[in-house]
Amino acid sequence: MVKMNALISWKKLNLGTAITEPGSARKFLTGDWRTQRPVLDKEACIRCGRCWIYCPEGAYTEDEEGYFRCDLNYCKGCGICAQECPEGAISMVLEEEA
Amino acid sequence: MMSAEKKVFEGFKARELPKEDLFTQGHRACQGCGGALALRLITKAIGRRVIIANATGCMEIISSAFPQTAWEVPWIHVAFENAAAVAAGVESGLKAMMRKGKLKEEKIFVLAVAGDGGTADIGLQALSGALERGHDFVYVCIDNEAYMNTGIQRSSSTPYGARTTTSPAGKKSIGQMTWKKNVPAIAIAHDIPYVATICPTYYLDLMNKVKKAIETPGPAYLHCLSACPTGWRCAPNLTIEVGRLAVETGVFPLYEVINGRYKINYPHRRLKPVRQYLELQGRFRHLTDEYIEIIQERVSKEMAKLRALEKFGSFYESVLTNF
Repeated sequence: MVKMNALISWKKLNLGTAITEPGSARKFLTGDWRTQRPVLDKEACIRCGRCWIYCPEGAYTEDEEGYFRCDLNYCKGCGICAQECPEGAISMVLEEEA
Repeated sequence: MMSAEKKVFEGFKARELPKEDLFTQGHRACQGCGGALALRLITKAIGRRVIIANATGCMEIISSAFPQTAWEVPWIHVAFENAAAVAAGVESGLKAMMRKGKLKEEKIFVLAVAGDGGTADIGLQALSGALERGHDFVYVCIDNEAYMNTGIQRSSSTPYGARTTTSPAGKKSIGQMTWKKNVPAIAIAHDIPYVATICPTYYLDLMNKVKKAIETPGPAYLHCLSACPTGWRCAPNLTIEVGRLAVETGVFPLYEVINGRYKINYPHRRLKPVRQYLELQGRFRHLTDEYIEIIQERVSKEMAKLRALEKFGSFYESVLTNF
């Protein structure tokens, strides 16, 4: 969660509350939203990249071998990657009870 | 600067897409949000040299929860009706400052982003003004077909028969009573050089059109279908599939109008029945066969109209040149 002083003085804020740090939303880890996570079957994967292209979070990145790996810090568990994978290499698995 | 009519366009290739995300992780969109995906792809296509004016709506809210931002490019949140007006002001301001030597002369793209509420409803006047004045900017409407941010109220872009909180379905009503407002047609009527419809399912088409739009001198209008699992009541993993069916049934055909000349990109084949699109979404679940048939007839008619505009365009020109 965002760490913020409960009472921040108006003097400390930028004019117009302008945010000057691009991409600071990366600090907000949306991974705890999900109830299911994607699991990759590397044997079936053809490295087409559709999972990376279609992820609304941009949670996938390409590794050195060309496979696309999901960053579970951000994955919201929507399941689009599993649905769109042409080889069915991704399956959605329920997160264990906390 | 290449004009939109250039036939040989070095398009994006699936294997060589820009890796960098200028719309970052950590945004607060619902899981499976079509609009978030659209913005991610659109910013990928434009690159860093852009200033964005974003009207109030889902996309603004989820990307700028204070004190964080999911944007890696200059971005300003503007009033609900203002996206086109502020984008026009940014474009004029850049021009004036470069002319006066206060800014280095270089190409900076200007993008206005608004939802269907902020475009088809309250934003229509500002859009019309900016298009008429001929500013060099791109306006993209992220259309999730209702005022989703405030809890799924209908807009003029809500499709016929859809259930929303302000177009509820029941004994007295089938949901939305009017047909979806054709905002691209309004943009085309302003005689601007480039108008196109886009959908994140067809990502190469989307990114190529965004590139064409920013490279076109003058105003360009893009209308983006943004599937909303929350409001459309479909499973979050079906965002891409719903977008695909919207195009393949002809409900949301993908086309471009370049200097008045129509070109349909998808669909080319025989249209799939609209039922396949409607049955995936809970907002249409109440529709009887009678109303599905009404929708099917209208969709087929609109597709035929679009195809005629495409054919007629070239016929009209040949008539003009021969007389």
